Amino acid sequence: MKDRAVQKFVIESKKGRSILNFRELFLYKDLLYFFVLRDITVLYKQTILGILWAILNPMFQMVVFSVIFGKLAAIPSDGIPYPIFTFSGILPFNYFSQSLSNASMSLVSTTGIFTKIYFPRILIPLTPILSKLADFLIAFLILIGMMFFYDIIPTVNVVFLPMLIFLMILTSMGIGMWLSSLAIQYRDVKFAIGFITSLLLYSAPVVFPASLIAEKAGYTVYLLYGLYPMAGVIEGFRASLLGRTPMPWDLILIGSISSVIIFFSGAYYFKRTERIFADVA
Amino acid sequence: MSEYAVRVNDVSKAFLIGLKESRKETLGAELISWFRSPVKNFNNLKRLNTFEHSEESDDFFWALRNVSFDLKHGETLGIIGDNGAGKSTLLKIISRITNPTLGYAEVFGRASSLLEVGTGFNNELTGRENVYLNGAILGMTKSEINKKFDEIVAFSGVEKFIDTQIKKYSSGMKIRLAFSVASNIETELMIIDEVLSIGDTEFRKKSLSKMIQIAKSGTAIILVSHNMLPIQSMCKNTMHLEHGRIVNYGKTNEVVSSYLGNLNKDKTSQTWTLESSPSSESIKITKAEVLPVLNVPVIRAGDPFEFRFEFYNLIENEYDINITFHLSDEYENLVFIGSTALTGKKFNVSKGYISANCRIPANLLNHGKFTISKLFVLKGFENVIYDHSDLLVFEITGDVEYSPGKSGKIDGLLKPKLEWELTAGNN
Repeated sequence: MKDRAVQKFVIESKKGRSILNFRELFLYKDLLYFFVLRDITVLYKQTILGILWAILNPMFQMVVFSVIFGKLAAIPSDGIPYPIFTFSGILPFNYFSQSLSNASMSLVSTTGIFTKIYFPRILIPLTPILSKLADFLIAFLILIGMMFFYDIIPTVNVVFLPMLIFLMILTSMGIGMWLSSLAIQYRDVKFAIGFITSLLLYSAPVVFPASLIAEKAGYTVYLLYGLYPMAGVIEGFRASLLGRTPMPWDLILIGSISSVIIFFSGAYYFKRTERIFADVA
Repeated sequence: MSEYAVRVNDVSKAFLIGLKESRKETLGAELISWFRSPVKNFNNLKRLNTFEHSEESDDFFWALRNVSFDLKHGETLGIIGDNGAGKSTLLKIISRITNPTLGYAEVFGRASSLLEVGTGFNNELTGRENVYLNGAILGMTKSEINKKFDEIVAFSGVEKFIDTQIKKYSSGMKIRLAFSVASNIETELMIIDEVLSIGDTEFRKKSLSKMIQIAKSGTAIILVSHNMLPIQSMCKNTMHLEHGRIVNYGKTNEVVSSYLGNLNKDKTSQTWTLESSPSSESIKITKAEVLPVLNVPVIRAGDPFEFRFEFYNLIENEYDINITFHLSDEYENLVFIGSTALTGKKFNVSKGYISANCRIPANLLNHGKFTISKLFVLKGFENVIYDHSDLLVFEITGDVEYSPGKSGKIDGLLKPKLEWELTAGNN
């Protein structure tokens, strides 16, 4: 408190200099905590099933995908039972798409707050990125249950799982910063977000294995496919937890590079445009 | 630590306003313009960013123009002005919500801005959860809120419902809770926009005295209000903004009275012809004036005076008319209601001219500016057939000595000459 007393803020028309002001983020860590807490508490209020929805939603998806893509279309699944094959993709992807679409619309839906009070604007898209981790963790429990059911023991590569989760969060945040600052200026994003997420779903290796791409289109295309960070993340989840395929380090490496680029360009664009948010909101 | 809390240096802020768009004459041209509109829309949206171009342009609207001022720690500044004068924009710049197009502002120390009470209140959360959330939004840390929590809840008076979802609160309870959070922040600078005019009278008084207490504790305060009362009771200095520029800055009393003086130019008499009368179908006003009863040029405190209203009644059938007016002082406080209904008499009228005189007795009102803020004409007791706002503005000046050698303004709205009897020295 005392150290803030002497702090001086200059409000001028110049653009922000640093990409992320960590010192300021640290000062507002309690606000971030309360924002995330609010998101989690409010989400299942006034529902009958409550937190069960976090389990039911991915379960239904798994059933539908297993019937349509596993049985009817008979898409190969690297020799893994199709339900757990697709669920290990649904798990990270659902986090990715939900946190991403919430983050994208976050600025638009909180104009009432940030046009009235100052706090680092970056907290707004950051909130869903963190709060959606709660659903992710709950759904993760189902995956563990299914692994028991199918008698699957995770490989030693499971130590890389936190890194994959981090990559997943970094990607969501990067795209979230891009889309949220675009959405506050151009509401077109609101209409586009629906097909963006379904495009991201069908291009991610959720219902099919990435190996299918290498098989059908060759290794170069497979590497290009790695530019989509979720390809490496999802295949990494499968390899480390289910162990039927080797760790796809090629996909993960390419995905990490593109994720870092998305993140820093997103942070830069967000920082560059944040001073006009209150004016255009 | 700097002696200043805020320094605003030559700040200007531009907004883009929509220019009239050219209308297409043919359907074909219209269709083409639809397909071309994405490009145009993109350019328009892009231009909303007023930082990229600082050149003068037709569709720029300068919400603030070359505003500079300093505020030291412990000082209080009021900002007044009509709607659209730039008051809120200035507060938003000092609050770091928006950036100036030109110039800069410096804020020393932690600032809290109350541009709205209850920012970020979430209906699904309980009162307790909202106190923490709102407190954090306003810049408090969790431990600071913990320390202040009991005080906040006690001030709001919603202790019993603190663990109830606030969607079950009445709007008054929400506002009280929100204000309690906001007023318990400890900062070096507090920026307040109109939030003192919320809640019921009781709570308004309570919040005003809380603000005065905060001001005394050494927090610098910038207060925007349309209500002069909080400005006059809290602020040493006041700034009057008009069209984005500072037109007057100085001691609160001087700035406020010159602002209000400009606002209500005296209007002691108004007349209309039957054609120009702003009246209704049923009755037309033709004249309204205020004049002294005695043969003096001005109305003095201590003198009787008269209101005269003239109407032309268009209703054929006879009816009982009721004429009522509100007399307000220059701060828009209602002083009294004058009404024919309060006389206990019936005033029966038929088609034609009506003249109504109302005499205000001597020794009733104090000095100052007064307004007939409302005039109502009713048919019977319920049926309003005509109403008029801000009909007359006049000043009670001059002076009648109330004691030999003593005259001038005393406190209070009224300056009545009361009947006194004193008994003394019987024992």
